[in-house]
Amino acid sequence: MIYDLIVIGGGPAGMAAALSARKEGIKDILILERDKELGGILNQCIHSGFGLGVFKEELTGPEYAQRYIEMTHEENIEYMLNTMVTGVHGIDEGSDTCNVTAVNSEKGLFELKSRAVILSMGCREKSRGALNIPGYRPAGIYSAGTAQRYVNIEGKMPGKKVVILGSGDIGLIMARRMTLEGARVSCVAEIAPYSGGLRRNIVQCLDDYDIPLLFSHTVTKIHGKKRVEGVTISKVDENYAPIPGTEKNYECDALLLSCGLIPENELSRDAGAKMEPSTQGPVVNENLETTARGVFACGNVLHVHDLVDNVTKESITAGHKAASFIKNGLGEWGEAHPVKVPSKEKNTIPEDMDRSCQMICVCCPNGCLLTAKKDEDGNYSVTGNLCPKGEEYAINEMTNPVRNISSIMKVIGGKGPVVSCKTSSEIPKGMIATVAGQIDKTTVNAPVKVGDILIKNVADTGVDIVATNVMESI
Amino acid sequence: MYDVIIIGAGVIGSSIARYLSKYRLNIAVLERSSDVCEGTSKANSGICHAGYDAKTGTLKAKLNVRGSKIMEGLSKDLGFGYIRCGSMVLCFDEADRGKLNELYERGLANGVEELKILTGDEAREIEPNLSSEVKYALHAPTGAIVDPFGLTVAMAENAAVNGVSFKLNTEVTAIKKENDIYKITCKKHPDAVHPDHTGEYVEEAPIVINAAGVYGDKIHNMVSGEKIEISPKRGEYMLLDTTAGSFVGRTIFQLPTEKGKGILITPTVHGNLLVGPTAEDIEDKEDTETTSAGIAEIKEKASLSAPAVPFREVITSFSGLRAKLVKRTHVDNLESEDADKDFLIGEVPDSKGFFDAVGIESPGLSAAPAVAEYIEKLICAKLAPALKEDFKEKREPIPNFKCADDNARKKFIENDSLYANVICRCCTVTEGEIVRAIHSPIPATTSDAIKRRTGAGMGRCQSGFCNPKVVEILSRELGIPCEAVCKNDPGSEYLIPEKEAES
Repeated sequence: MIYDLIVIGGGPAGMAAALSARKEGIKDILILERDKELGGILNQCIHSGFGLGVFKEELTGPEYAQRYIEMTHEENIEYMLNTMVTGVHGIDEGSDTCNVTAVNSEKGLFELKSRAVILSMGCREKSRGALNIPGYRPAGIYSAGTAQRYVNIEGKMPGKKVVILGSGDIGLIMARRMTLEGARVSCVAEIAPYSGGLRRNIVQCLDDYDIPLLFSHTVTKIHGKKRVEGVTISKVDENYAPIPGTEKNYECDALLLSCGLIPENELSRDAGAKMEPSTQGPVVNENLETTARGVFACGNVLHVHDLVDNVTKESITAGHKAASFIKNGLGEWGEAHPVKVPSKEKNTIPEDMDRSCQMICVCCPNGCLLTAKKDEDGNYSVTGNLCPKGEEYAINEMTNPVRNISSIMKVIGGKGPVVSCKTSSEIPKGMIATVAGQIDKTTVNAPVKVGDILIKNVADTGVDIVATNVMESI
Repeated sequence: MYDVIIIGAGVIGSSIARYLSKYRLNIAVLERSSDVCEGTSKANSGICHAGYDAKTGTLKAKLNVRGSKIMEGLSKDLGFGYIRCGSMVLCFDEADRGKLNELYERGLANGVEELKILTGDEAREIEPNLSSEVKYALHAPTGAIVDPFGLTVAMAENAAVNGVSFKLNTEVTAIKKENDIYKITCKKHPDAVHPDHTGEYVEEAPIVINAAGVYGDKIHNMVSGEKIEISPKRGEYMLLDTTAGSFVGRTIFQLPTEKGKGILITPTVHGNLLVGPTAEDIEDKEDTETTSAGIAEIKEKASLSAPAVPFREVITSFSGLRAKLVKRTHVDNLESEDADKDFLIGEVPDSKGFFDAVGIESPGLSAAPAVAEYIEKLICAKLAPALKEDFKEKREPIPNFKCADDNARKKFIENDSLYANVICRCCTVTEGEIVRAIHSPIPATTSDAIKRRTGAGMGRCQSGFCNPKVVEILSRELGIPCEAVCKNDPGSEYLIPEKEAES
């Protein structure tokens, strides 16, 4: 048979693109996913902060993924799991269909034909080698995402004394995550004089746990021949060159790297798609079609996005454009259309912020700088907020600071060892360690559904711990 | 008791083991690391030199040229990566033309075939990325690249299949000679995977071969009154992504000048681009650190040969130690007049039955099979052993999914459904290959050992995605907890045991 559309990668980009094409009336759609479940990297991003743009509410990564997985099921979109695509070829003189070669243990190696292909394989993290960090090459150096997978999916600890290099969002999130799992994070070093992560994450992932963020600092040496024993961190000048004499040693057994993402384009190159050096993704026309005809690209494979909502929006466009292509056939490719890459976040916490009455709002990615002043009657007036949530947040911070937390709980009899969970609403900030400890001591029997209450009224806070992902029984 | 004990399972020890495994000899190899190929053999240029470098008449020259001649055949028999891509030595100064001629003449004298001196333009015609500063180049079509891991593992596995016993995680702490028998005190690492001994024990043999790399002096000095000294010379490298692999088609050397030996740029058999090495005398025999100065030096010097090396494609940097002999003793088999810079191979005069194969710096990898042949002759002269009738001279490598076409891939999967599960995304390595490596004649018990045998984790994400999966597979296949799985030697565990994490 000839599929209308084959989507490579079942993360948020792939699912959004497939659903968008279905909405346009495209029938035979197949998603090929290499992991054991749909959802992509969202499954390990158990923190909340996703979906404000698309769902108008704040979701954890697995919850965001589950919504799309449910829609994919409702639309009866076919997908294959544990399936690796090894080759993609677009439409050319030799073939009036796209050809996809894939491999899985059920069907072995097989070829598929389709009228169009959407590439949505996502991206990967820069490694220690790409960063040229000198020193030994011991165990214990992880990209933040690898550490995240170990902790949040495998339920294993990659270290207990941690230094993090790079203050991208994943680095900041992992600083909090490792702390909640009982590790000590000595610092986050950032070579730039600002953070590429969101201000809200600097506050709720570092400040909340007294983890120092060292701007204009980088790791200049890795110590330890077998397992990491420590790192040297140096201050850098405006050209990012380490300043001699500023070296300081930090003892640690793990170094996590959060220094940037690179689109994953083995298949795009294999398909003969022309690449764009500035984005490290394929060159596309205004329809998001690569120079391999009939092969479209969206999401982090095209360029690295800051928010998943933006991935989703771009992928909806890709699905829509691929649908037109399927209906109308091969036209002129047209001109290359530079993708709009949003300028990088350059965030700092203002140094002159008066912490007695000022704060960064953590309610959404805006990270407003709020000022809360108490009037004579003891009421607070809040300025600097762009929405009512900010006012509520500021007053809470002054009177009774509260936070949501996300974690994992051990599962008995499940297909995986742990399931992600979160507080059903905010808990007092002072209760975070107690609640995290309680989650750590509790186990749950499989199966688990999203929203299942795992702990009722945790630590007498009146708040429940609820599951944010599914976990099937063995 | 063994007939022969070899100390060190690098490329030299493993090659010797393979060549001696033809005979009816009971042989053991003692290796302190958790795998073969854990020292100098794993961190070098991966070059099979044509043989014009070493002074005519030295063992280095003879064994290099011989190694270069037999390497291709061995690569087919034993299944390791080898590509005869050719090499060039660049000359940037009219005044250095004489030195290039010297190399050419020396190459002819050493028996290197097909050498030719090219003009800069001729060189750039076949290597367009070369600098416009290149005035002349010595072209050696017989220069080649070889997979140093593949070569070492192939030799070791073939030896093991032919009955040689490899004792890993086994450090030699003392040797004494009693009644013409060497008694070797061995210490098994307490955290070795499934150890066959605990603590200290003694292995015995009348013949001992010292192939201990940078520790060759330590082992030699345990038996001989004539002390030798090996001082490591560290070389740093940068490895670039396969996207940069065709930047040059040949190994590009620089003509050595007063300023030093220069930096090479070469494709690797895995399709990457390798740039290096620096050369720095150091004291610590474990000091394989990379340095920011070293990385800067590589970039600067490489740009002399080719100004546009795509260094942004770097995926890792590493350093290796050359076993440079700085104090040597006379060995009676040494025929060379330039002995102080030569390999030290032969029976130690004051310790009969004890053979050195040390000081094997460049071109050690190229010469390795020839070093083994040389030792083979010495041992044959000593013991006159009978040949085995059932010697298996060939070895089938683990079927490589990435390099196979779709029809071959289908066959692999038919034979083993684990070949349908791709574990390493960058290098397209399947679970089938990884599991086979774990159950191979020299079992891979660490993630580095798997990397060397299959390439998993060698790509641009440097195991970011496949590390958790490889750890899980090792844990499952070896029957050990994930927390006990190591990167290489014991002590390099990836994960913190749960109890420790909670404390």
